[in-house]
Amino acid sequence: MQAETALGRAGLWFGIMLVAIVGVATARDTGFAAHATIIAIVAFVLMCMAVTRFDPLGSARGFFRMPEGPSRYDDDPIRWGVLATMFWAIVGMLAGVFIASQLAFPELNFGPYLNFGRVRPLHTSGVIFAFGGNILIASSFYVVQRTCRAQLAFPALARFVFWGYQLFIVLAASGYLFGVTQSREYAEPEWYVDLWLTIVWVAYLIVFVGTLARRTEPHIYVANWFYLSFIITIAMLHIVNNLAVPVAWNGSLSYSAFAGVQDALTQWWYGHNAVAFFLTVPFLAMMYYFVPKQAERPVYSYRLSIIHFWSLIFLYIWAGPHHLHYTALPDWAQTLGMVFSVILWMPSWGGMINGLMTLNGAWDKVRTDPIIRMMVMALAFYGMATFEGPMLSIKAVNSLSHYTDWTVGHVHSGALGWNGLISFAAVYFLVPRLWRRERMYSLRMINWHFWLATLGIVFYAASMWVAGITQGLMWREYGPDGYLVNSFAETVAALHPLYIIRTVGGAMYLAGALIMGFNIWMTISGRLREEAPMGAMPAYDPDKDRPVPRPAALEPAE
Amino acid sequence: MVNKRIDEPTGTETVGHEWDGIEELDTPMPRWWLWTLYLTIVWGIVYVILYPAWPMVDKATAGVLGWSSRGELAREMSVADQARASVREQLARTPIERLPEDSKLFAQAVAGGRSAYQVYCSQCHGSGGAGSQTLGYPNLNDDDWLWGGDLKAIHYTITNGIRAPGIKETRTSAMPPFETMFEPAQFEALLSHVMALSGKGSANSAGAQIFRDNCATCHGPSGEGMRLVGGPRLNDAIWLYGGTRDDIRAQIQKPRMGHMPQWGTRLDPVTIKMLSAYVWSLGGGENFVEAAADPAVKVDGEP
Repeated sequence: MQAETALGRAGLWFGIMLVAIVGVATARDTGFAAHATIIAIVAFVLMCMAVTRFDPLGSARGFFRMPEGPSRYDDDPIRWGVLATMFWAIVGMLAGVFIASQLAFPELNFGPYLNFGRVRPLHTSGVIFAFGGNILIASSFYVVQRTCRAQLAFPALARFVFWGYQLFIVLAASGYLFGVTQSREYAEPEWYVDLWLTIVWVAYLIVFVGTLARRTEPHIYVANWFYLSFIITIAMLHIVNNLAVPVAWNGSLSYSAFAGVQDALTQWWYGHNAVAFFLTVPFLAMMYYFVPKQAERPVYSYRLSIIHFWSLIFLYIWAGPHHLHYTALPDWAQTLGMVFSVILWMPSWGGMINGLMTLNGAWDKVRTDPIIRMMVMALAFYGMATFEGPMLSIKAVNSLSHYTDWTVGHVHSGALGWNGLISFAAVYFLVPRLWRRERMYSLRMINWHFWLATLGIVFYAASMWVAGITQGLMWREYGPDGYLVNSFAETVAALHPLYIIRTVGGAMYLAGALIMGFNIWMTISGRLREEAPMGAMPAYDPDKDRPVPRPAALEPAE
Repeated sequence: MVNKRIDEPTGTETVGHEWDGIEELDTPMPRWWLWTLYLTIVWGIVYVILYPAWPMVDKATAGVLGWSSRGELAREMSVADQARASVREQLARTPIERLPEDSKLFAQAVAGGRSAYQVYCSQCHGSGGAGSQTLGYPNLNDDDWLWGGDLKAIHYTITNGIRAPGIKETRTSAMPPFETMFEPAQFEALLSHVMALSGKGSANSAGAQIFRDNCATCHGPSGEGMRLVGGPRLNDAIWLYGGTRDDIRAQIQKPRMGHMPQWGTRLDPVTIKMLSAYVWSLGGGENFVEAAADPAVKVDGEP
């Protein structure tokens, strides 16, 4: 690096640090001050790095290392992404088990920082955006390179996406505990954190589309359609739902640009499409790459993938109003949400069919390959959740299920079963390849993880189904004399045992993730557990895992 | 780069592309899948014709069935109101003290009262009516009543509240703080006497004398309480703010005195009647006969 550039960068970070310090000094609330402190620390670290990196010899290694050369895929941001995925998975799930315990035993509310109301968004954002978001960014960078046979475009920007996204997570998560929230479910971060995420997300879009543009394959693979629709739609949803006016430039408080039922509809248009375009579409992209790779089978039906992709993304965006049944939302909008949700049933199942039927000719692997087993279970839970969703959107069902724990059970059978298991399977696929290991440290531990997770989900979902239906029936129970039978406190008391079962289920799921963390740790440190073999893993040849060299850039002789 | 081939295990042709080793089969879409999709689309079309759906310039289409969620709510509420109307009319006509004579009407009043209790009263008195000794909310399940436990007295208490500000008819009384009134030895003697009233302490003449001079006016000569002024009964095992020596000492030194809102200005008369019936039915309700036998309570007049 040239001296002028290094100096320029250090100056830039110094400037940002100064602005952040001014923010700390003049902040109107402690939450904003804490966030400005975090930004100042990051800027300070980056300034130091910019100065120390002015060392023409010692630039090769470190977190900001650039790709090894044009003959290799650019996998560093993916390696960090996989590690971040595991870290945030355990943090997010731990927060989940903690708040589940709080619901069963309210004495565990240690206010104000560890109140349920503050830890709950930490859990939801931790698992959706930190765990889910990291595996999506990492896997999309992995898949887009392989299926385009091209190296990642704009490697510096890709690194910015990873680190920028981690900063977003830290600001969001710490904000929840400090009480900084705009009180929109799944969009709790305040205006300045939203602006930061917008910048990161646009950078992500540029890297992804840039890589697609560099592809040496004639066609764009189906997984990349799903990833691209995820990136574009999340950008749109994020910006519209977070339109807000800050009260002051040095305070965290802001007010939404919308009011009343318009605000509610904007929020649930966003909220439901966070489920759609964050938790469904890009995870289907992962499915479309990792299932055929692990099973070593062709995708079941190309035609089905086209029809179900376009019908899915066309229908999903309208389904949000079903979160506002029997509210002030006009009837016509409720009808819209319900009709589109019901028609969505088959397009959703198209992904499950394409995933499961890809195993045609390789079903025996369910017996021997724990990663395939995890993928099959993920697709089964995907199918269950996407049947339950349209069913719950029907007004008659919704009048019983809405505001009850049934919704919580539904979300978790999708989140734990589908998103969790398919992500775990993808990580188990990625780790040996990214760190050039023969296989995972232990396949039997993957099997343990599979059973702990599956049983945990069964405990979780079953207890919440029972809890939700109990709650719904108790709330609406009228005595023969025409008066409500139960008070709210009585329904809470009735749910206590089910809340304990739910906590146990969640703890089992967390235990599986801890085993996985250990397994990955050992794999990366280069160990192989001696154990009875479980079945052959798909063949992997590191020498073939390369981009097709671009004509312009001549490959150096190796 | 199109390279179609027949996939051996399934016997299906591939589309002919390959990405990182992944191929795609040219399997037709499953019939059942496609037909179910068509079916849901047809259902959707029918549904949007029947129900409010299409936003127009001024308002949305109303749907062939003319259904609306507000209309449905109004209909269901009016059906429920009508079902209860005759009971409410009867309750409005029946004087509170004669309610137990009609056992069917009384049962309906108790059911309605329970429902209203859970909404308005359970926050303090608990969903089972057990109250709270630490917070000083009276237990409604026992037969210890501060202001009277017959239907009419309960009805009066609920209507006018206890120490409710600005309400002329509210039940009110105050116990003075005795913190600086006695020497410590006198205090302990008094405490022993008060505890002896319910058989827990040792009776002593000094304590008895202090009690006669300072406490008996409101709590009665033998601690039997005085409902006229809401003076709590002291010669039983039931305590509003706790029955240990320390609890009682604290209550004599700096008395805590509870408040209850006057529900008469917040709820309709029939609901208050139902609430009275429910509280009376919890187990400690007193008959008029028994209540009248107690000279301290004037059942028919204002207590």
